[in-house]
Amino acid sequence: MLALDRVGKTYPNGVHALSRFSAEIKLGEIIAIIGGSGCGKSTLLRAIAGLDRATSGTVTLDAATITAPHAKIGIIFQEPRLLPWLSVADNIGFGLSDLPADARREKVTRALVRVGLADKANAWPRELSGGQAQRVAIARALVPQPEVLLLDEPFSALDAFTRRDLQDHLLDLWADTRPTLILVTHDVDEAVMLADRVLVMRPRPGRLFEEIAINLARPRDRNSPHFDNFKRRVLTALDRSLDRNVPDSEAAANAGEAMWW
Amino acid sequence: MTIEVPVLEQTNADVARPVASVRLSRLVRPALGLLLPLSLALGWELAVWLGYSNGRLVPPPTKVFATIVELAKSGELSRHIATTLSRVAAGFALGVVAGTLLGAVSGYWGLARRLLDPTVQALRAIPSIAWVPLFILWLGIFETSKVALIAVGVFFPVYLGVMGAIHSVDRKIVEVGRIFRLSGPAMIRRILLPAVLPAYVVALRVGLGLGWMFVVAAEFMGASEGLGYLLIDGQQLGKPAQIVAAIVIFAILGKTTDWLIELATAPLLRWQDAFGRGRGAA
Repeated sequence: MLALDRVGKTYPNGVHALSRFSAEIKLGEIIAIIGGSGCGKSTLLRAIAGLDRATSGTVTLDAATITAPHAKIGIIFQEPRLLPWLSVADNIGFGLSDLPADARREKVTRALVRVGLADKANAWPRELSGGQAQRVAIARALVPQPEVLLLDEPFSALDAFTRRDLQDHLLDLWADTRPTLILVTHDVDEAVMLADRVLVMRPRPGRLFEEIAINLARPRDRNSPHFDNFKRRVLTALDRSLDRNVPDSEAAANAGEAMWW
Repeated sequence: MTIEVPVLEQTNADVARPVASVRLSRLVRPALGLLLPLSLALGWELAVWLGYSNGRLVPPPTKVFATIVELAKSGELSRHIATTLSRVAAGFALGVVAGTLLGAVSGYWGLARRLLDPTVQALRAIPSIAWVPLFILWLGIFETSKVALIAVGVFFPVYLGVMGAIHSVDRKIVEVGRIFRLSGPAMIRRILLPAVLPAYVVALRVGLGLGWMFVVAAEFMGASEGLGYLLIDGQQLGKPAQIVAAIVIFAILGKTTDWLIELATAPLLRWQDAFGRGRGAA
């Protein structure tokens, strides 16, 4: 289980990007984090990845506190970030350097087939289209079999058709080993399509605003009325999260505490 | 051209193009670079032959060629070339090693850059020839001072190239290394080195060019052998053909060594996605 306990981040320049974010995420859950710009989504993800340290609060995976990149946590960025001097196959195998060569080759080959790029094994990254490159990035993050996979707006640079294709593909790959997925997005459709729970955040400082459980069986039908229903709920929450007059759930809880005292 | 082109289409295109013209263009393309110098040489030869010039101060190509043959026959030429080449090689090696090490340290480590770089930049501002009197006093008039001067010339472009390249490695790519928890040495070997390689090759080529420049300066300061000595000797004895011969040999050696670096590093840089690719660079 991944536990976020009052995670906060203030940058050295004084920007308060994230405030007291708490959540508990079970193994195999798919979480979408959605919110307007500047609500600390990426900050939160980088703290979970161990790329940046939170200034307050803790991130714990099982028993380990995360302060630096961890073997069981992988991340896929908005850009593929492939290493241009390695072939597609070597890029996918980048995180497997501890394995003996033939075990690595076997895993890479299987991953290449799994993301539909078996014929591109020896291609250079520059020869790939945007969608293909992002599929290589997904394979690279998945082959070390992380328990938690973080995705930072992974499909936002792609056209609508490729995006849908990759969303379906991602669910497919997820079903293989069922890691925890934490997906930062600003695409409501994507959040409702993929997630078990959608966490809506509100900006300045970034914090949790509302949590919406998506109780829809998979595979989900984008055209069903239930799907639309959940989309509308997320959209409404997003609208309210940007409205300064609405108190957020955390403030309400604090108010409750005050009354209890 | 990408490999996305289906194989079938590619072979069709190759078949469609006449084989003879492919072979011809392969020969013609490098020959294009020879067109200008050859026609200039031919023109000058003709001008002297037709009597428009006596060719005393600017000897015609045939005379220069005859001088080269004469020098080669006596065995002098190979001795001079070997001497100059070994000076350039030693100075280049020293300059590259020092420039790479210091450049890497101050590119990778901020504190070292703040400590080291201002001094190095100040030294760089000194015209390198200004070192000559000091080097002669310190290191004598023989090989050591010459090699030191060449090394100084090679050092700066390599230092600057390596430091700049490491400094500007994409943070996003470095983050990929961090996510996969590379250790310091692994980060250098698997991320930083390949990322700086293209800029490093350019720095090496600039450094080599300066090495050739400084070997002449070094051989002007009192040498009894070497191509630079041939230049001075030709000036003092009034033999312009010998001067031009030495200059031509410098041009050939400089271009050849540069081409060797390019050739040696080309397989390491195949991954580059750059404007110049596939445009038939010389």
